[in-house]
Amino acid sequence: MSLEVEARHRIGSFLIDAAFRSEGGVTALFGRSGSGKTSLINIIAGLLRPDQGRIVLDGDVIADSEKRLFTPIHRRRFGCVFQEARLFPHLSVRRNLAYGRWFAGVGKSGSEFAKIIDMLGIGDLLDRRPSTLSGGERQRVAVGRALLAAPRLLLMDEPLAALDEARKAEILPYLERLRDETRIPIVYVSHSVAEVARLAERVVVVENGRVKASGTAAAILSRPTGALERRETGALIESTVDSHDAAHNLTIVRAGECLIRIPHLVTAPGRRLRLYIAGRDVMLATTKPEGISALNVLQGRIVDLSPAREGSVDVRVDCGGNIIIARITSLSREALGLEPGKPVHAIIKTVALDY
Amino acid sequence: MDWLALTDAEWTAVRLSLRVATVAMLASLPIALLVAMALARGRFWGKSVLNGLVHMPLILPPVVTGFVLLLLFGRRGPIGAFLAENFGLVFSFRWTGAALACAVMGFPLMVRSIRLSIEAVDRKLEDAASTLGANPIWVFLTVTLPLILPGIVAGMILSFAKAMGEFGATITFVSNIPGETQTLSAAIYSFTQVPGGDAGAMRLAVISIVISMTALMLSEVLAAAAARRTVAA
Repeated sequence: MSLEVEARHRIGSFLIDAAFRSEGGVTALFGRSGSGKTSLINIIAGLLRPDQGRIVLDGDVIADSEKRLFTPIHRRRFGCVFQEARLFPHLSVRRNLAYGRWFAGVGKSGSEFAKIIDMLGIGDLLDRRPSTLSGGERQRVAVGRALLAAPRLLLMDEPLAALDEARKAEILPYLERLRDETRIPIVYVSHSVAEVARLAERVVVVENGRVKASGTAAAILSRPTGALERRETGALIESTVDSHDAAHNLTIVRAGECLIRIPHLVTAPGRRLRLYIAGRDVMLATTKPEGISALNVLQGRIVDLSPAREGSVDVRVDCGGNIIIARITSLSREALGLEPGKPVHAIIKTVALDY
Repeated sequence: MDWLALTDAEWTAVRLSLRVATVAMLASLPIALLVAMALARGRFWGKSVLNGLVHMPLILPPVVTGFVLLLLFGRRGPIGAFLAENFGLVFSFRWTGAALACAVMGFPLMVRSIRLSIEAVDRKLEDAASTLGANPIWVFLTVTLPLILPGIVAGMILSFAKAMGEFGATITFVSNIPGETQTLSAAIYSFTQVPGGDAGAMRLAVISIVISMTALMLSEVLAAAAARRTVAA
């Protein structure tokens, strides 16, 4: 699968001029609010008709302003999940879910329905009205409704932004299952590094209506300067869920040779988990610290150090096969005599690793 | 209780009023829906003119409205003559004329009520429906229409109530012919003009109050039922 998007569109004095490609999986459109991400996704969905643009999905030209081609929204079969769930208030959850199926002509094949209901954990809600659901439940139903319309592409516009932290943590595992269990390509709009880190394979950074950078999630998020705001740089670590410590409400994940303790997550052991560790949340120590509250003390060796900027440096540390980035002041660096090759301990507070 | 028994003539007036009001309400509904849709959603030249035109009967003296109807839809009026020749539809001095007058007088109320409910519909829900594969007609039928149902019901009741009470435009346009154009209001008026007509006027007034109250309560019940179904999510 491949998606090509090119769009130029003027809204007042704001100009969107962006182009990107996606090769399947989850592609995140990442940027601050007001950067034009939502307009871009509306252009892909067909809700906004750009002054100039081209959208091609798997060689199928969906829209091309030069050829005056514009497929109307309802014939694109692009599923959308918006910031607000937008469930139909006059229909029950079951009929909301069935709405798109009917138009897609999927018929009533029960197995697909049951599979998606089960994947999203919304089986108990079917006979309820949308107004009686919690925010997280609504958003799960909205995802189910979009999926059941058998979309060729799923567009998600900040689906978690309107939810509180607990609700976000509740939904993220479902989105991970969605990514891993269906083969539907997803374009995911977000301004949250944590979400993007956890879900996206590719990241397109949008700023002022333009694409500032794009690449794999690991490359973009750990790039020391540039695309990301500097304070958000960090390391992306691939891990698998090892076990749960129910008594202390913790989840233990394995990354390379390290075990990392993170706040409790609703996921089964063995599941893949992308962990984002912001550079500013990592401390370094030259000797193994004792009597410290942080739960994760990882032994490692310094790979390299970035040049000092605004009084701080980014230190890349190899901890059992994982590259972790620590942002420390240049003063600390001098005081500890940190050099490439030097063994150190990276200290990460568990509570800093919120979902 | 004898004085409560209606005479045949009085019954005729009540039945006629109910028929005129029902026909006026039902006939103006599709047009009101279209106009409300155009005013709420449309962007076209002359929108404010259309809006003004629709609201005209609300501000004009009813007698003027009746007179304008007489000029346009009378036997020799441009529209009246056309309709009579081509469709055999005659308005002047017929109960159909009374229905037309009532429909025109109730039209702004119906349009206003429907328009407000259309403007209250979250367009984002309609967008969501199109992304799920519904074409514009299906979006209207399955999302917009159910959501504006309370407004439509309220508009219909208002139009019906207005028709039951209409007097000025009707009497100017189609006069006051017992059995043909003498509605409840016109009959009450006639009773008050003759000596000893008080009892008849009183009976019809009571009937009028009962019908109006019933309509009002029915609309409350329907609107509440519709609102229950469409609590915003």
